[in-house]
Amino acid sequence: MPDRNDAIPDDHDPLRNIQPTDSDHLDYVGQQGMAVEQETLIEPDPVKREQARSLWGDAWRDLRRRPIFLISAVLILLLVLIAIFPGLFTSTDPRAADLTNNYLRRPDWSDFFGAGWFGYDGQGRSIYARVIYGARASITVGICVTLAVTLLGGLAGMTAGYFGGWIDAVISRITDIFFGIPLLLGALVLLNAFATRNVWSVVIALAFLGWTQLARVMRGSVITVKQSDYVVAGRALGAGTGRLMFRHILPNAIAPVIVVATIALGGYITAEATLSFLGIGLQDPTISWGVDISSAQKVIRQAPFALFFPAAALSITVLAFIMLGDAVRDALDPKLR
Amino acid sequence: MAEPILEVRDLVKHYPLTQGILFKKQVGAVKAVDGVSFTLDKGETLGIVGESGCGKSTLAKVLMNLERATAGQVLYKGEDISRLSGPALKAVRRNIQMVFQDPYTSLNPRMTVGDIIGEPFEIHPEVAPKGDRRRAVQDLLDVVGLNPEYINRYPHQFSGGQRQRIGIARGLALKPEIIICDEPVSALDVSVQAQVINLLEKLQTEFELSYMFIAHDLSIVRHISDRVGVMYLGKLVEIGTDAEIYDHATHPYTQALLSAVPVPDPTGREGRERIILSGDIPSPANPPSGCRFRTRCWKAEERCSTEVPLLAVPEVLSGGARHDSACHFAAEREVAAAS
Repeated sequence: MPDRNDAIPDDHDPLRNIQPTDSDHLDYVGQQGMAVEQETLIEPDPVKREQARSLWGDAWRDLRRRPIFLISAVLILLLVLIAIFPGLFTSTDPRAADLTNNYLRRPDWSDFFGAGWFGYDGQGRSIYARVIYGARASITVGICVTLAVTLLGGLAGMTAGYFGGWIDAVISRITDIFFGIPLLLGALVLLNAFATRNVWSVVIALAFLGWTQLARVMRGSVITVKQSDYVVAGRALGAGTGRLMFRHILPNAIAPVIVVATIALGGYITAEATLSFLGIGLQDPTISWGVDISSAQKVIRQAPFALFFPAAALSITVLAFIMLGDAVRDALDPKLR
Repeated sequence: MAEPILEVRDLVKHYPLTQGILFKKQVGAVKAVDGVSFTLDKGETLGIVGESGCGKSTLAKVLMNLERATAGQVLYKGEDISRLSGPALKAVRRNIQMVFQDPYTSLNPRMTVGDIIGEPFEIHPEVAPKGDRRRAVQDLLDVVGLNPEYINRYPHQFSGGQRQRIGIARGLALKPEIIICDEPVSALDVSVQAQVINLLEKLQTEFELSYMFIAHDLSIVRHISDRVGVMYLGKLVEIGTDAEIYDHATHPYTQALLSAVPVPDPTGREGRERIILSGDIPSPANPPSGCRFRTRCWKAEERCSTEVPLLAVPEVLSGGARHDSACHFAAEREVAAAS
C-alpha cells in the first residue's frame, strides 16, 4: 500500500480530545467479550491545523527545509531572470565584434573589471555577454520541450492507461516505435527537414521524439490509480469518464510524471546544446551555449576560457534542474519521508 | 412477508481466461460467481459469509454494476438492472450504494471531506440544490457522528474509524434504499468495528435501509444480520435466518465455518468439537463436479460428484433446521457456535 504512511496522523498531539458521541450506544460487545471503548478522536490542533493540508502542502513544507532544493531553486530563478531580462546583467551587445580585440590580444588588468571579464572570443565579442544572452535559448528549449512532452506524453499515457484494451495496445506500440528512435539521431534527421532552424524547430523536434518516456510513466501511474477503491467508489456513484479522469485519477497519478519531467528538463537543455554543437540545432546568428561551445572548440588551445564559460553555464543549469527534480521526487514520495 | 426490494436470480460472473497475444482465444473461465439466487427485503440485513476467494466481493461488484454479469438477473423492485447503462444505470445508482472495505484506499487523498461527501450531489444535481450542498454535507457528517466542522479536512487527518464514517456518509448522500457493505469493518480495530456496526444499525432504523452485509467475521454478521447466506466457491450453500444458520446449520461447510469461530469462554471451549477441513479451496477456474464442497467434505459419497445439490429446503429436516441448504446429506450437528 503506497499511501499507508499517510494514514498515520503525524501529529501525535498530547492533548487528544475524547469526544463521546451520544448517538452511539455501547450495545455491541466484541467477540473477545470486552466492553467496547469509544474511539479516540484524533483532533488536530484546531487553530494551527485549520489550514487544509494535502500532499502538495506537505511536499512544499518538506522542500523548504532541503538545502538542495533551496540552492537549485535560487539558481533556476536567477537563470530564468537572466533568460527573460539579459539586459539587466550586461550592457554589452553580445554581437558587437571588434576584431582587434579578440583572444589573441594580451589581456590587461582593465579587462577583469569590464565587459570582458570572461575574455573575448575569436571575433572580439564579449564572452560574458554571450553567456548571459545564451541562457534564453537553453531555458526556452528546456521549458518548452518539457511542457510539450508532459502534455503529449501525459495525454497519450492517460488515454492508454485509462481505457486499456486495444486503445492501450495501439498507443503502447506507437510509444515503443518512437522509443526505439535515438533522440539525437532522430533530431538530426528531423532538423535537416526544416528550412530555417531556430529555437522552435529544435523544440518541435525534441518534443516529437521525447514524449515516450512520460507516456510510459503516466500510463503506469494511471493503471495503478485506476484500480484504487476511490475510483471504484466514483464509478459506483455514477461519475462519468471526465470526472473520473480529471478529478480522481489525474491528481493522484501526476506526481511521478512531474518528477520525471523535471529531471528530463536538464536532458533537453543538453540535447539542444549537443545539436547546436553538431551544427544541426541552432545556428550562428542565434546566441546559444551550444553554438559558442562549438565555435570555441576550434581554438581550445589558444583560448580555453572561450569554451569553459559557456560549458560551465550549461553544466550549472542542467545540474540545477536535475537537483530540483531530485528534491521534488524525495518530497513527493511518502516512503522517503 | 414484505415485498423484496432486490431479487437476484441465477447470477453468474465468469472471468474469461484467454490465450494468445493478437488473436485471443478463450481457454476457460474463472467462475467467481456461479448461479447465485436470493432476495433482500426492505429494511432487512442479509449477511453473506464465506472464506477469501469464494466470490463475495465479486457478487457485490456485480450487484453494483461495476462488473457486468455474465448471466442471470438482478431485479430492483421488479426491474432487471444488470443490463442497464447510461442514464438509466445512473438513476439506479441513486438507490443502491456501497461502503468499501478499506477506509484507507476508498477515499481520494486529494479531496477534502466536503468534496468527497459532496461529490454524489455534483453527479446527481437533482438530489440537493446547489446552495444547500454544504449544509447537506454537514448534516451527513453529523449523522455519521463526525464534527461538521471537519468539512475542509483531508482524509489522512482522520483515523480509520472516522474514515469509514466518511465512506458511510458518502454512501448515504444520495438517500439510497440499499447499501452494499463489502467487509466494512474488517480493516478496523475491534473496538472501532463495534462503533461502525452500531452506526450502521442506527442508520438502518433512521433511513429504513436494506443492507447486504458481506464479511468473514461470523460474530459480526450474526449481530447485524436478519438473514445469513453462506457462500463457497461461487455458490450459496446455505441461507436462512441467523438463528437457523447459527443454531441449526445443516450444510457441512457452514458447520465447519462455525466450529472455527473463536469462543471466549475457556470451559465451553474445552468441550466442543472442531471440524478441521483438509485441503485448500479448489480453483474457481476448475471447480469440482457435482457438489463443489465434496473434495473437502467428510460426508461426500458417489452421488455428490455427479449430482449438483440444489439450494432448497431438504425434506428430511424439521423445526429450526427447515431452511435452504445445498447438500444431499443435510443434517443438523451439535456444534458450539459463537454466541
